[in-house]
Amino acid sequence: MIDLPPFLLFFAGAVVAAVSPAIVRGALTVVIPLAGGLLLLTMDPGNHYGYRIFTYHGELYRLDELSRLFGYLFHIAAFIGGIYALHEKDRVQQIAVFIYAGSALGAVMAGDLISLVIFWELAAISSVALIWAKRTPRAWHAGMRYLMIQVASGMLLLAGCVWLIAARDGDASFDFIGIDTPAGTMIMLALGIKAAFPFLHNWLTDAYPEATPTGTVFLSAFTTKMAIYALARGFPGTEILVYVGMTMTAFPIFYAVIENDLRRVLGYSMINQLGFMVVGIGIGTELALNGAVAHAFNDVIFKGLLFMSMGAVLHMTGKINGSDLGGLWRSMPITTALCIIGAASISAFPLFSGFVSKSMVMSAAIGEGYLGVWLVLLFASAGVFHHAGIKIPYFAFFAHDSGIRTTEPPRNMLIAMGIAATLCVGIGCFPQLLYSLLPYDTGYWPFDTTHVLAQIQVLFFSALAFVWLQLQGIYPPELRSVNLDAEWTYRRGLPRLWASLSELARHQAGKASVLASTSARRAIAVGLHYYDPVSRYLRARSTGDMVQWTTLLLGVYLLYYFF
Amino acid sequence: MTDGQDHKPHPGPRVRRGLQVFYGICAMLLLLDIAGLRHAESAIDGFWGFYSLYGFVACVVLVLIARWMRRFLMRDEDYYRRHEHD
Repeated sequence: MIDLPPFLLFFAGAVVAAVSPAIVRGALTVVIPLAGGLLLLTMDPGNHYGYRIFTYHGELYRLDELSRLFGYLFHIAAFIGGIYALHEKDRVQQIAVFIYAGSALGAVMAGDLISLVIFWELAAISSVALIWAKRTPRAWHAGMRYLMIQVASGMLLLAGCVWLIAARDGDASFDFIGIDTPAGTMIMLALGIKAAFPFLHNWLTDAYPEATPTGTVFLSAFTTKMAIYALARGFPGTEILVYVGMTMTAFPIFYAVIENDLRRVLGYSMINQLGFMVVGIGIGTELALNGAVAHAFNDVIFKGLLFMSMGAVLHMTGKINGSDLGGLWRSMPITTALCIIGAASISAFPLFSGFVSKSMVMSAAIGEGYLGVWLVLLFASAGVFHHAGIKIPYFAFFAHDSGIRTTEPPRNMLIAMGIAATLCVGIGCFPQLLYSLLPYDTGYWPFDTTHVLAQIQVLFFSALAFVWLQLQGIYPPELRSVNLDAEWTYRRGLPRLWASLSELARHQAGKASVLASTSARRAIAVGLHYYDPVSRYLRARSTGDMVQWTTLLLGVYLLYYFF
Repeated sequence: MTDGQDHKPHPGPRVRRGLQVFYGICAMLLLLDIAGLRHAESAIDGFWGFYSLYGFVACVVLVLIARWMRRFLMRDEDYYRRHEHD
């Protein structure tokens, strides 16, 4: 047995990829996740790689049920993504993927807070390369905004962690944190940025659709799930998360219905799915936590599948707007079928993966008496079917015929999607495969008549609503447009405020300078009046004048002295 | 960007056939509820047709609100780009 943290393999892969030819790099993207996964399988639970810097004691690598689950997940995601990107020869992206996947693994394995921060920042910085790799001005700007927000999250996390460690007299272990202390709140906010909490969410829908077709697949797998892991570790049972998560499930679906860029629709639907996980963490019971992390597991795979299918469409047609697509099922039947499997999984159809995990969160919500929250989650479940389950496949592959004729994507893309689809169906039909990896043994079983029937009813009648709205012409058509969201504040509002403040400052400065120059001119005039070479005081006088005055003064002095 | 044109799809005979089957399944699902195959999980989901009605109404409300949101949220495609990329 080799006792080697898997993330080291990924970092080594990055170094080798920097100097090796394309064929070696391609092989590495598949071999390293496999090797890392095998390593993880053979490792014993517990803490490994403790290190000490002066008085600081860190644990670089901790293996327990929770970190092992995310470890497997990230290896699977890196493996599928690696196959999907096999045709890609861009060295920068390949190196970035190794560092990014390695950092994500490092973050979920970190046993202490400072190690967590380091991997957290590394993931932020390496992942932006996947956006910039598109090499368009638009991607550059989106990447810049993404990087600033990610780094801000890292800074906040660092500050919170240092504060917390100081308050705990040097204890840096990453376990339950809670929001009782200001430092804890700060850390939760930092995680909240990455988990796309409401108002902190826009980086996701801004940046993910701008990345390369392969880059988005990796981006969708790691960053947000690192945050879910950290929340599950540090903040289980924090009640406010129930309501934060509930909001996350509900508001993005409205945006998803009217959004035209299909990868951005998936971005919004991702926030919706993260909401279910955050609710589960907030409820904090064993069933709810199991549900949250199981849903994170499934989400990486089915959302990856959906992003892959849309990436395939973008790769083959160069288009991703719903308004430009349609009728592609004729040219891409296999991609269509695989996309529908992803759509069925995210919609939580029984026998597909989403059902076996989402139902745990729903059951926990109703079991713990959160009836209102449960109703919102049910609304969001119907809504997610509506926009991700129906809208994505419908507008890309069916709807009106856009006239685009293309072919299936490269075989490696199809294989990657095939693996993801197999996992979606496999976990959906045999949930015990996933349940056996979960942190708690709750004995939960999703397939009872009530759950299955209720879910099928919700889904079929949501579909009925879609059909009815379409046939009536009420359903909003796909339009080329931008929908304002929280990002407006930092993309338009603040820049505008800044511009008007600068304008005001310029105006005032202009006024001030006029005032200053007038006063200066006046001061100079006064000065000139008295001290000009031709003025009364400075006029050149003859030496005789001076002698006359001096004699007069001396005379006055003499008289004064005499008397 | 006008929203006023006719968006009604005109399904062909095969799609119409498929839709009829789909309506049939929906009706059957409602009947299963009346048959009492489902048990109540909370105080409100006991009456028959709860999930069907909820799913349908939720989606109609969702779409109507989203349509209405377009009125004040929608801008043209270059809205941000105009100012950022010059």
